[in-house]
Amino acid sequence: MQELILRAKELLESGEVVRVLGWRKGEHVYDPEPAFFNSAEALKEFVYNGFCGANLSKYMIEASKLEGKTLVFLKPCDTYSFNQLLAEHRVDREKAYIIGVGCKGKLKIENIKADGILDVEGAGYPDCSEMLTVKTLYGDVQVSYKDAMLERCHVCKGKAHKIYDEQIGESADTLDADRFAEVERIEKMSPEEKFAFFQNELSKCIRCNACRNVCPACSCRKCVFDSTKFDSAQKANATSFEEKMFHIIRAFHVAGRCTDCGECSRVCPQGIPLHLFNRKFIKDINNLYGEYQAGTDVDAKAPLVSFTQEDAEPSIVAERG
Amino acid sequence: MYKIKKTDLPKLYEAIARTQELYLPVSSAGKTNFAPWTENIQPDIDTLKTVRSPKDVFFPQCENLYTVTREEGKMKITPETLERENFVIFGIRACDVRALAVLDKVFLSDPMDSYYAARREHGVIVSLACGRPDVSCFCGTFGIDCAKPEGDVATWLYGEYLYWQPQTPKGEKLTASLEKLLEEGEETAVEEAKAAIRAICDKLPLKDLSLEKWGAEAAKNNFDSPLWEELYKGCLACGTCTFVCPTCQCYDIKDYNTGNGVQRYRCWDSCMYSDFTMMAHGNNRTSQMQRFRQRFMHKLAYFPANNQGMFSCVGCGRCVDKCPSHLNIVKVIKAFGKEEN
Amino acid sequence: MHECTCNPGFMRDTLIPMVGIITDIREETPDVKTFRVNAPGGGKLFEHMPGQCAMVCAPGVGEAMFSITSSPTNKEYQEFSIKRCGVLTEYLHSMQVGDEIMVRGPYGNHFPVETELKGKNLLFIAGGIAIAPLRSVINYVLDNREDYGEIDILYGSRSMDDLVQRKEIEEVWSKIPGVNVHLTIDREQEGWDGHVGFVPSYLKELAFDTNRTALLCGPPIMIKFCLQGLKEMGFANEQVYTTLELRMKCGVGKCGRCNIGTKYVCKDGPVFRFDEIDELPNEY
Repeated sequence: MQELILRAKELLESGEVVRVLGWRKGEHVYDPEPAFFNSAEALKEFVYNGFCGANLSKYMIEASKLEGKTLVFLKPCDTYSFNQLLAEHRVDREKAYIIGVGCKGKLKIENIKADGILDVEGAGYPDCSEMLTVKTLYGDVQVSYKDAMLERCHVCKGKAHKIYDEQIGESADTLDADRFAEVERIEKMSPEEKFAFFQNELSKCIRCNACRNVCPACSCRKCVFDSTKFDSAQKANATSFEEKMFHIIRAFHVAGRCTDCGECSRVCPQGIPLHLFNRKFIKDINNLYGEYQAGTDVDAKAPLVSFTQEDAEPSIVAERG
Repeated sequence: MYKIKKTDLPKLYEAIARTQELYLPVSSAGKTNFAPWTENIQPDIDTLKTVRSPKDVFFPQCENLYTVTREEGKMKITPETLERENFVIFGIRACDVRALAVLDKVFLSDPMDSYYAARREHGVIVSLACGRPDVSCFCGTFGIDCAKPEGDVATWLYGEYLYWQPQTPKGEKLTASLEKLLEEGEETAVEEAKAAIRAICDKLPLKDLSLEKWGAEAAKNNFDSPLWEELYKGCLACGTCTFVCPTCQCYDIKDYNTGNGVQRYRCWDSCMYSDFTMMAHGNNRTSQMQRFRQRFMHKLAYFPANNQGMFSCVGCGRCVDKCPSHLNIVKVIKAFGKEEN
Repeated sequence: MHECTCNPGFMRDTLIPMVGIITDIREETPDVKTFRVNAPGGGKLFEHMPGQCAMVCAPGVGEAMFSITSSPTNKEYQEFSIKRCGVLTEYLHSMQVGDEIMVRGPYGNHFPVETELKGKNLLFIAGGIAIAPLRSVINYVLDNREDYGEIDILYGSRSMDDLVQRKEIEEVWSKIPGVNVHLTIDREQEGWDGHVGFVPSYLKELAFDTNRTALLCGPPIMIKFCLQGLKEMGFANEQVYTTLELRMKCGVGKCGRCNIGTKYVCKDGPVFRFDEIDELPNEY
């Protein structure tokens, strides 16, 4: 972490960048917040640890509108989002100085099943350990780092930063699960079971829009759900809209552009596994058009926006059911 | 003082639900929220905080106000029927009980909101002391005692029993109807329970959170602070904090065309949303900083200025736990506390 | 339906509107119409005071707050002057005489016609559609002429075609003794031989003495410069009233969106004195 701060100070002082986009220390080890730092002095509150899951790419949309360069710290998986935003002309490469920061998997405090968590020892970078010691109001507990990881880290896309100006820190490939296993499990369900599964999950939705607002693929200046002309408007007649429309429409809107960064599931206050919708689309796109990972390469042709003679016929959906 | 064995709680739920609707914390798809009791649900009164607060039992996320139809060429307005059946809400925590007093200030002040008032009138509140307060809790800052919750009946989970103490005539009436299930409880056990809870409260990291820089005076003092520019930056402009908050009460009124009439409904709204103050001719809060500031100024300055010093926050800590960017009211309170102005 | 049997005290909720009938529509300007509203059985839907507002709702379209432009001294009907500028107003402009409309109110405070304004010389300053709230006070004052002193009405708009209530101004207000009407339009126009120029500069030319109370309504930019002008003439904040407008949903201070600091425009306003506004955060 000190290395990151030192480098940020250098870049600020040399005038190469005018601000730093990183994470600011919270009340506890597990609540750092995305923040801009405008001076070397401000950087004393900078933090980088196992709880810095927040993907900072989307904040670069606003930062791209500001004067001067912004130093942004991106983890390997965050760089896919940045590339995708770059491909969609939503961020300005010239306005970004990217430090690819090492990542050994990020943690979710809710995954530590303990009450009254005061501190989590072992979550600090670069020396994060295999076992976390969780200090609580009700005594200490040991939890393995892996068990406390975000879902997305179990299906890690790898250690490589896809875009950067320089790299600091080591990464670890934390992949230990099959990315599409849960999608396949649901595919095998009967239509009734599928509906029940999603209804059960989506009925928890409170329409807070956190999933949409955090999503780097949801970068429309004005969302269709915020339009006054859209009758079933954003806060609308609750349950059936949430269960049957909002999340599914959103999944369609980001199809082919979603990098599977997992932010939607990370931020959902009700713990809805929203990434499953997107992952189903990704799996289908892979099957129908060949392997494709959005955000890998800025110049790559995205399958849903480039036509070829070999493209699957729409009727395939009807046949497949 | 009464008590009932924890293992007999299903019988208690069933007995209450036989004569009226019973709302209680229910676990579904991994999260606990208030829901009506039915035979197949999984009650969960061990989880400290439901994700959604119980406010929507009284002020639902979405409710119809009236329906407009045409009859013989004339417009006909049919108001929605008000709640007229008694119901019980069980397992509501001390902070959430106090939150209802905050909502009362809004909805029961003149002109009274009859939809809310009818539910308040008919609801019997069975509160539950907090056996294991969490680090995000700061109800003590607002003078709330989570070891002795308000409510028509207060209960404590301690040892093998749920202890039961009616505190109002409504509570006495409910207790009388459950006489066969309840046995005499020991005051001493409840005193032990309270002492244990208070011992934990003394160790809570936010127990000394000071509101010195807040209250009615802050309405003038804190509005123009440069701190807001610093504090809001990570805000995603989502409505998580407002929708999990037990005291947020802003609402929108909208129309839903059913095909043979128009339902005018009200639904929760969030001051964090960009269209909240948007009019045909403009918007008086165009930046997220202004919207962020409004939320905290409302809770910590404007509300107390208009309500004899009562804050519109009860320290439940839901926003602390749930903000996707880890921004929250505690960080705001502390940031101003640090300022020497 | 609505009454709870065990709570005989419950009234019909304020959020539930009444049905009114549009009994007259006047095209004031290319984008302003004045709608006359009566109760279905005739007469007024409710009583109000000058400056108060009401929610006008069209089912399936929306609901918004409008000032009641008719004076309470009018015992037969109420009127709303509405400018076409959004989804709801667009719809209202398509309505016909005889159509039904929903109205609820009255909401908010009113100009202190019975207290602070009584016995005073009054200076009304309005721009464009903002004559709507002031017309209610002007007609109230003219109908109770003996209770007030000298009256000056300074009213301006973009062009002479944009002057709302021009007929009433010229045929009624101008002819009452002790009432001076000063009209102005922004730019020279054929057929106009009156004053040309913005309201704030005409205000300076007219150079009023400070022995009067000003009631100022208009677009924010006009308010800003008129207030500046009034101050230069020696007017104190306590001598100037205005009305504010923000987005509203409930009209009774509960839906939480029209506040400026601790004040809700719907219930503590829309009428404010400038010394009160000075106390509020700058967010309107």
